Amino acid sequence: MAGRLVLIVVVAVLVVVPVWLPKYALEVLISVLFFGYLGSCWNILGGYGGQFSFGHAAFFGIGAYTSTLLFLHLGLTPWIGMLAGGALAAAFGLFAGYLSFRYGLRGPYFSLVTLAFAEMLRVVAVNWKAVGSSLGLVVPNRGSAPALFLFAEKLPYYYVILGLALAALAITRLIERSRMGYALAAIRENEDAAEAAGVDALSTKLAAMAISSFLTALGGTFYAQYFAYIDPSLTFGPAISIGGLLPAIVGGAGTVAGPLLGSFVLTPISELTRALLRGRAGADIMLYGLILIFVISFLPNGLVGWIRSRRSAAERPA
Amino acid sequence: MSAPAGRGLEIRGLTRRFGGLVAVSRFDLTVAPGEIVGLIGPNGAGKTTVFHLVAGYHAPSEGSIHFDGTSLVGLKPHAICRLGLARTFQLVQPFAGLTTLENVMVGAFNRAREVGEARRRAAEIVDFVGLGPRRDVPARHLTLPDRKRLEVARGLATEPRLLLLDEVMSGLNPTEIEAIIGLIRGIHARGVSLLIIEHVMRAILALSHRLVVLHHGEKIADGPPASVARDPLVVEAYLGETSEAAPR
Repeated sequence: MAGRLVLIVVVAVLVVVPVWLPKYALEVLISVLFFGYLGSCWNILGGYGGQFSFGHAAFFGIGAYTSTLLFLHLGLTPWIGMLAGGALAAAFGLFAGYLSFRYGLRGPYFSLVTLAFAEMLRVVAVNWKAVGSSLGLVVPNRGSAPALFLFAEKLPYYYVILGLALAALAITRLIERSRMGYALAAIRENEDAAEAAGVDALSTKLAAMAISSFLTALGGTFYAQYFAYIDPSLTFGPAISIGGLLPAIVGGAGTVAGPLLGSFVLTPISELTRALLRGRAGADIMLYGLILIFVISFLPNGLVGWIRSRRSAAERPA
Repeated sequence: MSAPAGRGLEIRGLTRRFGGLVAVSRFDLTVAPGEIVGLIGPNGAGKTTVFHLVAGYHAPSEGSIHFDGTSLVGLKPHAICRLGLARTFQLVQPFAGLTTLENVMVGAFNRAREVGEARRRAAEIVDFVGLGPRRDVPARHLTLPDRKRLEVARGLATEPRLLLLDEVMSGLNPTEIEAIIGLIRGIHARGVSLLIIEHVMRAILALSHRLVVLHHGEKIADGPPASVARDPLVVEAYLGETSEAAPR
């Protein structure tokens, strides 16, 4: 009951408050939701299923490039292009997932293979003239064209990413409470025992992969429309893969709210260190790294795990 | 349409080699519906390998395995479970982060289609195995005897016709063993046939309708428990080993 009330209040604040926010603060909040969204997408496969992908940039990039290319060449609105990107990313996810899972790649081996797939796509994009090679692609600015997923102001973009983030949370919640959620948790905890209990590990992991990669690709389209520019290293590079998995792990992998909560903590820190250490290239990343090490060593189960353990400690009389 | 059901487990000429080592050699075994068969033998005799082969964790090098007329060779463990053949692990493998009830629910989803139904079935089985008071405790906090019960409960929740139990009594004290014997009788009374690997001779003699002895991967005896226990070949196999593996 209390949880539902908190949820309503948080959503209401997120819907109403940005109207009065200054531009910079709104940009930070968009970043928070953006990385929270990517974290939620990653969380479905990585958090619930325990399959730590280091290559979700592959799906992100496929989404960004597919909708942008369809827009540039066919004039197709990215609102529809993003679905095509999602479908293509899901197909690629099924392909990469089948190869990895079918041959029993688990743990770090799976992580490495996903990283390799993303890097492979990055190299393809760098060397492929028709998709702009390393110069990337510019989304032409036509001012405000809502039908083409283009807005003159930041605020509409904010509501788009808020909608995506809330949808990802709702989907996560649905999965968590379903047969698939139990199967994923069983696979995460012990795949052999899960199979013995009748869980089809391959199909379950592939389903999670397809959902996760589809949603991640939508984030790619959002990025392309919001920044109006994409290139191979921005979209297929490791920074995007890590940008998704970090908030999930810091916030609490395998929990509904974890990724968004993690992003609410991490993204402002990242913005702050960048602002504080402007002009000293790399120093902000070093400071950010130190903060990360600190957070992960003291909160091994993420923020949600920390909150839960404090709450259960409070309920239990000493 | 219906396959010839009710034939139980039929293993013929089962052989499994690991490199040069023959772990199981030309092994024949049947478990008829309603039967409790004990599978014993000294450590390293190949008992667990037989379970891995039947449950789809290893592929046989030779031979056939049929369950109610369906060949199990080449099927994945989850598909074999769906056919109604479940197993437990010798080293208990709970889903440590999930509660007792959630662990059993994973098994219940083998038949249940939706969450409420799975929860109801799982709750019934959690009570049946005596873990009712521990149902909302994370499995990592369970004691060894409780983990053994959880292992059995999760297998039972898949609603098998045949359950393979791999040393569910090892590490338990005599009182706990008595309780597990009662539990296994209860499972049998639900209409589940059982194939049991066990080193606790008192228990296996009390439970089994038939006893099969493996030694160096080969079957050296198959018959009523009392006569198998007196079989000179069996006695020799055990006495030739360390006292740890000897009948207790």
